[in-house]
Amino acid sequence: MSFVMATSQVKQTPQSGHNVHLDDIDRKIIQATQAGLPLVSRPYDDIAMQIGISADEVLKRMCKMQQCGIIRRIAAVPNHYALGYKANGMTVWDVPDDRIDELGKQVGTLEFVSHCYHRPRYLPGWRYNLFAMVHAHTREEALQLVSRIADLLGEGCRGHDVLFSTRILKKTCMRLIS
Amino acid sequence: MSQTSANMNDLKKNIPDELDKHLLNDFQYGFPLEPRPFKKIAERLGTTEDVVIDRLNELQDQGTVSRVGAVFRANSIGASTLAAMSVPEKKIEGVAAMVSDYSEVNHNYLREHHFNLWFVVTASDEQALNVVLDDIEHRSGLPVMYLPMQEDFHIDLGFDLKWT
Repeated sequence: MSFVMATSQVKQTPQSGHNVHLDDIDRKIIQATQAGLPLVSRPYDDIAMQIGISADEVLKRMCKMQQCGIIRRIAAVPNHYALGYKANGMTVWDVPDDRIDELGKQVGTLEFVSHCYHRPRYLPGWRYNLFAMVHAHTREEALQLVSRIADLLGEGCRGHDVLFSTRILKKTCMRLIS
Repeated sequence: MSQTSANMNDLKKNIPDELDKHLLNDFQYGFPLEPRPFKKIAERLGTTEDVVIDRLNELQDQGTVSRVGAVFRANSIGASTLAAMSVPEKKIEGVAAMVSDYSEVNHNYLREHHFNLWFVVTASDEQALNVVLDDIEHRSGLPVMYLPMQEDFHIDLGFDLKWT
């Protein structure tokens, strides 16, 4: 259990993110919409009814949450796996800490990367500090994308690995408020 | 109807047509925040509000659209982390099912690696998050590696779908 030390270290460092003030109504909006909007002519009216405010208020608050970054985007969210993107590769990279921001931003702009995060290392068991998700139809196609990331990182890459998923056991939308 | 033609129909049903492709690809961000969003989409795609609502319902039923709505930033509310475990082959089914059972676990994947079980835990705050992680360690008898996000480098505009 070589990474127990690092575990307790991370536990003492809260990562709860942005300190944006949300009131009860904002939370109710999140709760009512996190599983998706109703597919009806006036979906925001439905949400408004549930909460007991006007549709206009729902729209205003959602717009505000989008501006401050709580809502990343409002979307018809496709299921990549169902659309044939069966090769889901979590690519992990060991890059120098003093270059992580510069390199992370470059990888994050690649059009085939769906998520790109800086995460802590877990030495000695886990040396990788940059994570980038790639989605492709086949493993071969995914590996080509991986080599494009490697080319981009150049000498900034001191080691990497790709972890393909073999089974999706659970995938539900984030439950921010239950 | 013969077995073959039934299968053909099922297959056809799940192949996106031009309208589906636009609905799947063009609204991964910028879904209209206005009273009648589907009417707005219909205007852009040259169809009617009813058609858009019907198609999105079908795509959602088929599972090609996960949902229509807001994508929230991880960690903007509450606390979450990616976690990984190295589970011996003979224990993997049990441990994986145990992890999936937590309502706080929203993603759980098996991956080909020494660390073979990867999951995301989201809870109301740091303390609630640690309760779940400690519980998983305790019940499985295995250490859990926590890898919380430190920086998000991705400007999320969805994902340009390529049709094969």
